[in-house]
Amino acid sequence: MPATPWMRHAMACAMLVAWTAAAWAEMPGDAGRGRVAVIGKGNCLACHHLPIPEEPDHGDIGPDLSTVGSRLGATELAARIVDPKTINPDTIMPSFFKTDLHRVAKDWQGQTILTRQDVADVVAYLLTLK
Amino acid sequence: MRAARTILAVLALVLAVRSPAWADPPFDPKDPAMAKYISGDKRSGYTFAEPETRAMQDDDFMNPAMLWVGKGETLWSTVEGSAGKSCASCHGKAEETMTTAGAHYPKYDAGERKVVNLEQRINLCRSQAMGAAEWKYESEPLLAMTTYVKMQSRGVPVSVVVDGPAAPWFDAGRRFYYERRGLNDVACAHCHVDHWGQHIRTELLSQGMTNGFPTYRLKWQKLGSLHRRMAGCNEEIRAEPYPLGSFEYVALELYLAWRAQGLLVETPSVRK
Ligand code: HEC
Ligand code: HEC
Ligand code: HEC
Repeated sequence: MPATPWMRHAMACAMLVAWTAAAWAEMPGDAGRGRVAVIGKGNCLACHHLPIPEEPDHGDIGPDLSTVGSRLGATELAARIVDPKTINPDTIMPSFFKTDLHRVAKDWQGQTILTRQDVADVVAYLLTLK
Repeated sequence: MRAARTILAVLALVLAVRSPAWADPPFDPKDPAMAKYISGDKRSGYTFAEPETRAMQDDDFMNPAMLWVGKGETLWSTVEGSAGKSCASCHGKAEETMTTAGAHYPKYDAGERKVVNLEQRINLCRSQAMGAAEWKYESEPLLAMTTYVKMQSRGVPVSVVVDGPAAPWFDAGRRFYYERRGLNDVACAHCHVDHWGQHIRTELLSQGMTNGFPTYRLKWQKLGSLHRRMAGCNEEIRAEPYPLGSFEYVALELYLAWRAQGLLVETPSVRK
């Protein structure tokens, strides 16, 4: 039986829920690629200071992440990146791996800012910041 | 080798001197020159602007928006439409009859049974009073006329009616303002209420006040309406914008005018 859009949606949701657990911590990530994603797709420098001197003008909306790896572990970091509203419902920080958002621009509908692999890579990078 | 090391040392020095990366425009709440741009806790975008940008706005001869004001003035007395009238035929001298209108829009229009903004009010006069075609939203003549009319209210405190028949628009506007949207999943309020005074990269967030619109934006290299700015603020967070002049943006405009109440109309403002 071909998967209907609804079934695909339900499966995607179930997978997202399942993945928000500690499973993220198990997924291997590459810190080098994570650093690239933090600068590019993640655009974390918009709001955070990071030890990335070649990029100018880091934002100051969120806390300095230069030593975040000594404060937070992989599970906490993954939860924070996947959907920070689970930690602070009022935060300005985007949910980097969440669909079903309100009025997403046509070109971006159904997509997430980071892929699952990106999230694992970014976590691996942040863990090096001690 | 030595040269390379010297270059590195200089680079390190430059980086060290440059942090913190942003040098914010000077702002002293007690500076008498700033008094016009503050009302209680509210601060016009002017107070967040660079001194050079402020200087452009301060001087009507330097302000590039004055080009549109001049066009608006010409259009004011240009006869158009089947009734053979110009704005001046009914409204006389704008400097005498339009001295406060710009501070009180958007406003509920009993005839239309809806809240209209200044652009729409002008177009109602064109279609109903003049028998002329409405100007397209964001078209040169509509921008010029809106700016010309609103400038007559320069120095008048923004004050709008948000209860009575206007209440549904006001409520919808407030809901919009606090509603997350787009792939970035943020609301207007996150940037302009929770985090003003902080930086998104180099961008210093203001309170997102509307008392200076239409505004000349250096980035646009032209004058633009508030609705264009709203659409821009939607697109930047990868949200689907609404059409300029839509119910959603007029409602949001009414809410924003209420937020800006007390600040003085400073149209035409200049912004980065
Ligand atoms: C629009 C601004 C914004 C962007 C973009 C953003 N963040 Fe954040 N972030 C915040 C804010 C604000 C906080 C403070 C906590 C809160 O609001 O819940 C935060 C908190 C955090 C924390 C927790 C820090 C701590 O010490 O507890 C981490 C980790 C983090 N962000 C990582 C990231 C990463 C990685 C990215 C890019 C993939 C990113 N952020 C992008 C605004 C942002
Ligand atoms: C991600 C952050 C962000 C969000 C969300 C956002 N804006 Fe903005 N907005 C900006 C930036 C940056 C500027 C330019 C600097 C400034 O004035 O804050 C700006 C400027 C403005 C201005 C011009 C202010 C002036 O003085 O000319 C207005 C009005 C405005 N925004 C309204 C809105 C509205 C309405 C929304 C919601 C639909 C919104 N913004 C959402 C970042 C944001
Ligand atoms: C035939 C006469 C007539 C002409 C021509 C005319 N208007 Fe009007 N205008 C009116 C009337 C009548 C009102 C009041 C409508 C009301 O209050 O319901 C009005 C209201 C307005 C208002 C709102 C004033 C306020 O305080 O709320 C503005 C702004 C305006 N006109 C601008 C213009 C412009 C700009 C033009 C030319 C493009 C124009 N009008 C042409 C008759 C005219």
